[in-house]
Amino acid sequence: MSQEANMRRVTAIKNGTVIDHVPAGKALSVLKMLGIGGNMSNPVSLVMNVPSKKMGGKDIIKVEDRELTQNELDRLALVAPDASVAIIRAYTVAEKLEINLTQEVKNVARCTFSNCITTNHREPLPHRLVVTKRDPLELRCRYCGKTQDIEGLVDNLL
Amino acid sequence: MPGIITMDDLTNEEIISILDDAERLLPVARGEIYLPLLQGRILGNLFFEPSTRTRMSFETAMKRLGGDVVNLGDVKTSSVVKGETLFDTIQMVDGYTDIIAMRHPRQGAAQYASDSARVPIMNGGDGAGHHPTQTMLDLFTIRKSHGTLEGLNVVLAGDLRYGRTVHSLSHALVRFGCNVTFASPDSLRMPEEIVNDLRAHGGDVVETTELLNQIDTADVIYMTRIQKERFPDDDEYTKVAGAYKLHARDLDGAKPEMIIMHPLPRVDEIHPSVDATRHAAYFEQAFNGVVARMSLMCWLLGVTVPEDINSAGGVL
Repeated sequence: MSQEANMRRVTAIKNGTVIDHVPAGKALSVLKMLGIGGNMSNPVSLVMNVPSKKMGGKDIIKVEDRELTQNELDRLALVAPDASVAIIRAYTVAEKLEINLTQEVKNVARCTFSNCITTNHREPLPHRLVVTKRDPLELRCRYCGKTQDIEGLVDNLL
Repeated sequence: MPGIITMDDLTNEEIISILDDAERLLPVARGEIYLPLLQGRILGNLFFEPSTRTRMSFETAMKRLGGDVVNLGDVKTSSVVKGETLFDTIQMVDGYTDIIAMRHPRQGAAQYASDSARVPIMNGGDGAGHHPTQTMLDLFTIRKSHGTLEGLNVVLAGDLRYGRTVHSLSHALVRFGCNVTFASPDSLRMPEEIVNDLRAHGGDVVETTELLNQIDTADVIYMTRIQKERFPDDDEYTKVAGAYKLHARDLDGAKPEMIIMHPLPRVDEIHPSVDATRHAAYFEQAFNGVVARMSLMCWLLGVTVPEDINSAGGVL
């Protein structure tokens, strides 16, 4: 199936953000990481498990009338580090953005280890997860040193 | 402020230098020479969990060097019970002291405290995490017996899953090129994460459930206590723990210079008959906690330990 056919599954948007090349099945995690849920009024379309030459299968998300910031997108590095992001203005790609996986993921998610000092919600220091490997992604908590369960991190988003 | 949270905070050269200083400080630790290198300094002892040896040896170390100690006291009567965060407790103690020794039931607490503090933090155990000051005294004990840390055959036995002393120690041993054997019941194996780390650092690590057939080739056997509460019932505990006990009669084939260590307290994993053998090193090891911590505190506070202790210090 061609690229255009994939994109036609949902209509082109006039203004907003398109997140393509999300790993198949991860679109809902991406929405969660971006804080996109039932509480916003912008139209959001998503397709899941569509064929992709590069990835085998992938998800695509389109958020209308909202330009996601670089800061918001960098959060996605945890679940979709290779996603490509385009800002759309008047039906054309106005900007292409890349998701940057920084050396440390700060205040995005809480450590997944149940006996970590940071499980006390009242402790004020930032939650800091250090990237120890990029492919496959491996993160460790700066404080307790435990390797993180990536799926669990999505449930621990701040 | 740099403290010591894990053994990664020290290079091999720094470890050797701290052990050399500790060696020279032995007469001070024994009370034979008075050398107030840390006079006017205050150690904050923050033990959020029970501790006998670690707390007392930190206190003795500071006092032998002429410094003073303030204690958090019983957690049940301190502000912690009122819900104070670790961050706030550290802010307070940081203002009262020059250096802090800390034990906490939560993993990562020492790094968290270090990120919150201006004074150096010494990790005296954080959950099942690290216990690097114990490692320093263990390394001191090993080097004192064998004259080196390099290339030794070291067997770590017992509860390797929850025992934080063996977590820190195994990292250090691998860095010095020791051959490390982990002997434990399956349910108490060294965490996979640590074994992988050690192997990634080139460590020659072997895992086994057998202790007794390791004795003849070992230079060091490091025993740990297997706790009853780790098992579903007493029968299971008795069956499993029985295989990780040493008796004097087990040591007939041991190398003469082989030493048996234990972070203490022991229950019955080392039979009292071992105490009288040349291999028993655990009580000396406990004493070495004082001298290793003296040396470490001098290093963290930037105080030079004199080359000639005899002429620098006064006789008591």
